[in-house]
Amino acid sequence: MNEHTNLLEIKDLTVHYVTVDGTVHAVENLNLTLPEGKTLGLVGETGAGKTTTVKAIMQILPDPPAKILTGEVIFCGEDLLKKNKKSMRKIRGKQISMIFQDPMTSLNPVITVGEQIMEVIRLHDKKISKKDAYTKACEMLELVGIKADRAGDYPHQFSGGMKQRVIIAMALACNPRLLIADEPTTALDVTIQAQVLELMRKLKAKYQTSMIMITHDLGIVAEICDYVAVMYAGEIVEYGNREQLFHRPSHPYTKGLFACIPNLMEEETTLIPIEGMTPDPTNLPTGCRFHPRCPYATEECSKTNPASKEIENGHHVKCLHI
Amino acid sequence: MLKYIGRRLLMMIPVMLGVILIVFTLMYITPGDPVDTLLGDDATPEMAEQLREELGLNGTYIERLGKYLVNLAHGDLGICYSTKQPVMDRIIQTFPNSLKLAGCSVLLSVAIGLTLGIVSAVKQYSLFDNIAMTLAMIGNAMPNFWQGLLLMLLFALHWKILPASGFDGWTYMILPAITIGTSSAAAVARMTRSSMLEVIRQDYITTAEAKGQTELKIIIFHALKNALIPVITTIGIQFGHLLGGAVLTESIFAVPGVGKMMVDAIKARNYPVVQGGVLMVALTFSLVNLAVDILYAFVDPRIRSQYK
Amino acid sequence: MEKTKDLTSSSEAGSIKKRSQVKEVWRRFCRNKQAMVGMCMLLLLIFAAIFADIIAPYDPVEQDIINRLKPPSSAHWFGTDELGRDIFSRILYGSRISLTVGLIAVGLSSIVGCALGAIAGYYGGVLDNIIMRCTDVLMAIPSILLNISIVAALGTGLQNVMIAIGISSVPAYCRIMRASLLSLKEQEFVDASRAAGASDVHIIIHHILPNSLAPLIVQATLKIGGAILSCASMSFIGLGIVPPTPEWGAMLSTGRDFLRDAPHLTAFPGMAIMFAVFAMNLMGDGLRDALDPKLKN
Repeated sequence: MNEHTNLLEIKDLTVHYVTVDGTVHAVENLNLTLPEGKTLGLVGETGAGKTTTVKAIMQILPDPPAKILTGEVIFCGEDLLKKNKKSMRKIRGKQISMIFQDPMTSLNPVITVGEQIMEVIRLHDKKISKKDAYTKACEMLELVGIKADRAGDYPHQFSGGMKQRVIIAMALACNPRLLIADEPTTALDVTIQAQVLELMRKLKAKYQTSMIMITHDLGIVAEICDYVAVMYAGEIVEYGNREQLFHRPSHPYTKGLFACIPNLMEEETTLIPIEGMTPDPTNLPTGCRFHPRCPYATEECSKTNPASKEIENGHHVKCLHI
Repeated sequence: MLKYIGRRLLMMIPVMLGVILIVFTLMYITPGDPVDTLLGDDATPEMAEQLREELGLNGTYIERLGKYLVNLAHGDLGICYSTKQPVMDRIIQTFPNSLKLAGCSVLLSVAIGLTLGIVSAVKQYSLFDNIAMTLAMIGNAMPNFWQGLLLMLLFALHWKILPASGFDGWTYMILPAITIGTSSAAAVARMTRSSMLEVIRQDYITTAEAKGQTELKIIIFHALKNALIPVITTIGIQFGHLLGGAVLTESIFAVPGVGKMMVDAIKARNYPVVQGGVLMVALTFSLVNLAVDILYAFVDPRIRSQYK
Repeated sequence: MEKTKDLTSSSEAGSIKKRSQVKEVWRRFCRNKQAMVGMCMLLLLIFAAIFADIIAPYDPVEQDIINRLKPPSSAHWFGTDELGRDIFSRILYGSRISLTVGLIAVGLSSIVGCALGAIAGYYGGVLDNIIMRCTDVLMAIPSILLNISIVAALGTGLQNVMIAIGISSVPAYCRIMRASLLSLKEQEFVDASRAAGASDVHIIIHHILPNSLAPLIVQATLKIGGAILSCASMSFIGLGIVPPTPEWGAMLSTGRDFLRDAPHLTAFPGMAIMFAVFAMNLMGDGLRDALDPKLKN
């Protein structure tokens, strides 16, 4: 489907959370591809299963309650789900690293930021001396725009945006092939958001890292993503490149998402919200999961869960009416 | 930091004065005349009067309190009624024993409690966790004087492998230390477990995991240091309980410590000894609490930056 | 984990029948096995205390010198003590004393402590300073020492034991109440109520107390166990409830003299104390988990 080789390919991934209150179908039969060097935007509401998907890639899901039931996560030609703990540890942080949503809580409060960056460097380069690792950590800090002499400071001495920079430095310290960013700017002020995004884009270009960007901000998607996957209730409902998705959104849910964005160009704008709420993941609707909220739903939609269709080259939509 | 310690030490002065006031007042209103106890039945009123004068038992409440405080300022805690020694000397004789015992118990309870708590948290809901936590619940509920008696019955009277009472060497320390330390070990274990569980769920643990760090190192480097903060509080509080628990345990095992001295003194209406003892214990407890707060600063940089 | 929590809570909000808060707490409490065990143990204890007259095979103070220090048998399930009294009967009657001490001492201290804590937290300033310094002083003395000193001053007996234990646990409630008041005082619903012209007392009773109830209830439950233990400790050293009243700690204390030859004198009262404290601790833990599911693992 693409001239690039795929760095990451997820096939039929199903993740459930088994709790006393019932089984949460967090991710169901999910398929996703990411070509080398590209950025994929993973879009969807809270609870759609975005974070679960990326945590499944890294295999850092809390088990229990999370269970990966089926699927393959093929990274550089190898199925990560078949790897043992030890070889998986060598991939985490080195090949794939992650930037988390909340910089306030993602850094260990009792360890200096320098040491926290050094940790990942020394983990994946056993031969490096402590001093060299420290120098490298300082370089990384400089790279993200923090003075190297702050390496000895603790996280609480930094602002939110600075902490996110530290986390970015940490994530890029081993020059990973895939960087996963889980809503990296949600917890930040708007002005800081732009700075952090700009920094990420710059560093991504510099290191030629592939990236998965989780967000619910379509503006961010438009700015930095090459491909977009729209997730709803554990499924990818639409997947395509940026052009396809932004110019020809086809799934009713995607259309709905676009209708929620205020358009500054038009004089009078009416935001059209998507009616209803995200379905209860322990008790998902039958058929198409979006049908209770879908303005185009027919009776057929409540019975059949539609398969994904390729409506044009590389543009997949999961809807009966396309 | 030094300024902070200095301020805390200064703040201890009014607290200690309060302690003195409370204990002095309680002893003042305690019914019964110590002179009667000391002299026995066949004493003449003159002898009683003379002794009362000697012990400073005459005078109003205010006069006696004032005199006590003035003497205290000179390091004089009064005279023990029964041995006629200065109370200070008696405390100097007994206090090291209590401190040794408390120290052993703290070490014991921290070693056992931390280990059980950490392993239980890491292996949550496992068989080990269930057994350890049930033991901790039992340890928490067991009256320590009862446990002391049972231990004495088994190890000293039945199997005769450890001495039942006295304080002539480290073997004498084992049973009392276990007796005092059990409930603290239980408390530390429970606190460590819940604190560890809380910390393990924090985002920064996921961060460490995402770095490719091993489970064991995550627990040691990332989780433990954070989890330790509430545990330190518990240990500090437990130290107070240890000093208190020593009152009973020292009596059971006849350990010549402050606790036993005070219980005997209360029964004999030997007020200066009670006052001196309580003051000493309260002072130790406050100092331990200060040490705990300083320890926080070493563990948690956020607290360190507050102590300016 | 965060995710599953969000999902369940949203699904609960979505369900039509919305359970009231108390019912929800009760449901969570019932699902907790340990808490249920604790409650059964407590009910058994209460049952024993109420119906001691009927269940007890012997009079708890009736002496039978011929049958003294008899080991457990079918006639005397837990054996007899140094005066030939039936230990089982004495333990049944002892539960009355322990429960009374636990409930009244805790009730007393929680009311006084909460009132003081509320005053300190709500008004702040000099009053707060005075109250908190007093709690500092009380907390600097290990509670058993304070208890003993108070009982020495007031004299032994049930009432004074309860007063002593009550006084020494006032500071704990005072601090909890003050802390939750300080955090609640800043909440907007309190401001809203004040803006609506509510009086201070009204605000404290109607808005702040219900919201700070959870830690207080948990503390109180756990403290009942602590109070039972303190009472037994004091009686054990002879400065609490004195014989012939069948108090567990006092029974232990006499049993101590016969430790070698008649260990059952010591064993059974100790187990009774442990049983009661264990029950209260299980209940307390269960209540904490039920009232504050955030703390539950």
